Amino acid sequence: MTKSTQDNKPIMVGDRTIPPPDARFITISIMGQPYEVPETLTILKAMEYAGYQFKRGCGCRGGICGACGTFYRIEGDHTLRTGLACQTVVEPGMILAQVPFFPSNRAPDLDLDTKTPADEQIATLYPEIFRCVGCGTCTRTCPMDIDVMGYIAYFKRGDIKGGAEKSFDCIMCGLCASRCPANISQFNVAMTARRITGARLTPRSEVTAARAEQVRSGRYEPMLAELCEMSAEDLKTLYVEREREPDLAKPGEWMPKDQTKL
Amino acid sequence: MSEGYTPEMLDLIKRVEASRPQRLAESRAGKAFPAMSMDQRDEVLNQYHPDYTDEGRRALGIGPNKGEVYPEELIDLLESRSMLESVKADLSKPDYETDVLVIGGGGGGSSAALTAAAEGLNVILATKLRHGDSNTVMAEGGIQGADQEPDSPYFHYLDVIGGGHFTNERSLVAALTNDAPLIIEWLESLGMMFDKHPDGRMKTRHGGGTSRKRMHSAGDMTGAEIMRVLRDETRNRKDKIRILEFSPAIELLMDKDGRCAGAVLNNLETGAYYTVKAKATVIATGGTGRLHYRGFACTNHYGATGDGLVMAYRAGARLGYMDSVQYHPTGTAYPEQNVGLLVTEKVRGLGGQLLNIDGEQFVFPLEPRDVESAAIIRECVGRGNGVKTPTGRLGVWLDSPLIDELHGPGTVQRELPAKYIQFKRFGIDIAKVPMLVYPTLHYQNGGIAINDQSETTVPGLYAAGETTGGVHGHNRLMGNSLLDILVFGRRAGSAAAKAIAAGAEPGPGTLEHLVQYGKELSDAGLDRGAISPMILPNYATDEIRQRRWDVKSPTV
Ligand SMILES: Cc1cc2nc3c(=O)[nH]c(=O)nc-3n(C[C@H](O)[C@H](O)[C@H](O)COP(=O)(O)OP(=O)(O)OC[C@H]3O[C@@H](n4cnc5c(N)ncnc54)[C@H](O)[C@@H]3O)c2cc1C
Ligand code: SF4
Ligand code: SF4
Ligand code: FES
Repeated sequence: MTKSTQDNKPIMVGDRTIPPPDARFITISIMGQPYEVPETLTILKAMEYAGYQFKRGCGCRGGICGACGTFYRIEGDHTLRTGLACQTVVEPGMILAQVPFFPSNRAPDLDLDTKTPADEQIATLYPEIFRCVGCGTCTRTCPMDIDVMGYIAYFKRGDIKGGAEKSFDCIMCGLCASRCPANISQFNVAMTARRITGARLTPRSEVTAARAEQVRSGRYEPMLAELCEMSAEDLKTLYVEREREPDLAKPGEWMPKDQTKL
Repeated sequence: MSEGYTPEMLDLIKRVEASRPQRLAESRAGKAFPAMSMDQRDEVLNQYHPDYTDEGRRALGIGPNKGEVYPEELIDLLESRSMLESVKADLSKPDYETDVLVIGGGGGGSSAALTAAAEGLNVILATKLRHGDSNTVMAEGGIQGADQEPDSPYFHYLDVIGGGHFTNERSLVAALTNDAPLIIEWLESLGMMFDKHPDGRMKTRHGGGTSRKRMHSAGDMTGAEIMRVLRDETRNRKDKIRILEFSPAIELLMDKDGRCAGAVLNNLETGAYYTVKAKATVIATGGTGRLHYRGFACTNHYGATGDGLVMAYRAGARLGYMDSVQYHPTGTAYPEQNVGLLVTEKVRGLGGQLLNIDGEQFVFPLEPRDVESAAIIRECVGRGNGVKTPTGRLGVWLDSPLIDELHGPGTVQRELPAKYIQFKRFGIDIAKVPMLVYPTLHYQNGGIAINDQSETTVPGLYAAGETTGGVHGHNRLMGNSLLDILVFGRRAGSAAAKAIAAGAEPGPGTLEHLVQYGKELSDAGLDRGAISPMILPNYATDEIRQRRWDVKSPTV
């Protein structure tokens, strides 16, 4: 490397926590047992720092898989809080336990070809939504800030698409269901509603269907075979010369000069 | 809201804000920072890309790929013995018998299972963590497929092979691009909520190295949406698919003729081992980010430890392109809690620009990933124009607020909801202030060699997804991996069905190949007493490691 100086070398420690010499430590309680951990860590990394090697309760480590739902209280405060262990920073006096699994109800046999109206289908698969008492606990519990009670209300009202969209960020951590007095597994209802929305309540893409049909007819196989046989030089020329669709072109408006390969 | 940055960093951000009006005017006029020529690309790669330097790599001393040079962390795993090498277990009565055993519950494994089930086969899907805890769930940006009018598999092919520097296995590229429209249609039929126009047309965008807008998405949770739909559908197929969670495969079973006969699973919670006899076995165990090559942070999920590579290699499967790793150009460099996490390429697809400490552009934002990464490393390490974080990491700015200026207020929050929340938690509003990024270990380009029917070089053994190598050559473009796992997952399922219909039936499974492998290792003088696969990463501190006293726990 040309101008590399010591100062330009970044720190490289993978995902292990190596606290800087001046790090400050705080005490947290993991399932009732106190541990000293560096502040600013997430719960997940703090638990690893304490010596846990996860089997459950850890997946993506990036706030999207829903494996690491956690309940906690701060000592001296009555409020029960929730968060994702991989996204929540530890605080002094935190008392925590993970909920790596919560028994839930998923209605079997989702039929996406049925003629039953979507609202009826949801009502039949998950009649328990009508027992929602509107307590709002689920919404307060959701670590993704989703208005869970709100989407359940949409489903009750028969607005399946509206509820599906409202629930879109759900990572299926199960925390809402763990607190629901009406025993609803909100995230499974939402999952079903989203699939119904995608498959039945949104127009299908005709352009995609047409192209898929062309693929099935074998149209592209000879063209691709030709590319597979071509010399590297010729391929490079084609690559360099290919036209680029302008960034701001409207869908379906711009067409390339050479249309023989479409 | 920007209190998440230090005052020093906020000061530097002023330079980004100062140059923004002019950059905005240029973007609106369609003027971009010039892309590199082929020669310029080669130059920056050779000087700054980690794959092109000798540091941290050595030659493999055993097996079909002996002599090839790979990252040391991987070689260490391949040059290890099996934990099952000398077990005394009765393998004559398998605990489970099935048509197809799928190892790995990400997108590749789930699509293989669904396809095999659709062919009427019984499937066991064994996965290490929860079903869906995978790299698939983490994919944000999108999935490619040439379904729009000005596009076709032909142009998609050219983009893939050019992006891969013309090193890709061509028959695999043909399969990938040919099937892509079918995959998009399949996902739509399963109820995936794609981003669409009101008439149902897919919204598509450019990605790095694409000639046509063919990136399909579902918000910035494309992989999560694919994964939850596929997982839900496997639950719908309980009649045919049995899912075993927290049950990683530890080794393959091989019959005396060298045919794969299933695998040994380990229940992570009880420690008990179970044998599965299968007529066809599909490895779909994903990537290796958690091996942290050269100490790089990574974007991958917790289970990305390359187990499938190790198992398959011991069984004699050839690997390909294993020397090639993808560093994603834009990993989070700050705040510390998010370090390594991916900032999707979509940010640049929407017009976000990369800027150095002076708020100046230094690279075309959508070069192929390896080129883009090398350019960022050059800007920071070579030219000393990086921004330093309080913990000593380096990074460059990714100007996300420009997106709102270009496409109207609210775009960042609408198009990048997950990223927006992830930064907001730490006091950084990415619609108002830029993000700090640095390349992060992201994707394993190489892996188990397969043909266009997802067959490995071992009879009865199929592989699909990130654990395979060849489709992307030495560099993958965004949106082609989600596609790859589904194309070859489905092809694996179909090929297994065909083979089974034609009477494929392995003999009794044994672990003989492990003894053989161990012996070769000792004979070559490579036995360091280490065992693999890794199964779970170990992030314990040195103090805890010492306190474990090297004694087996009395309880498990
Ligand atoms: C942060 C991030 C963003 C990405 N964004 C994009 C994108 O926008 N577009 C794109 O196309 N690609 C993207 N990718 C790449 C893409 O998501 C992955 O390459 C792809 O999803 C891999 O799928 P897979 O099924 O092969 O592996 P995975 O999805 O990782 O699944 C592998 C599964 O196997 C399991 N497993 C591992 N070992 C064992 C074992 N021993 N026994 C049993 N099971 C085991 C794992 O637990 C996991 O469930 C991204 C990747 C990451 C990490
Ligand atoms: S809606 Fe429920 S399952 Fe979904 S993210 Fe929120 S708490 Fe978790
Ligand atoms: S917790 Fe249950 S009862 Fe309360 S609002 Fe939510 S769904 Fe309704
Ligand atoms: S580990 Fe996936 S959400 Fe926390």
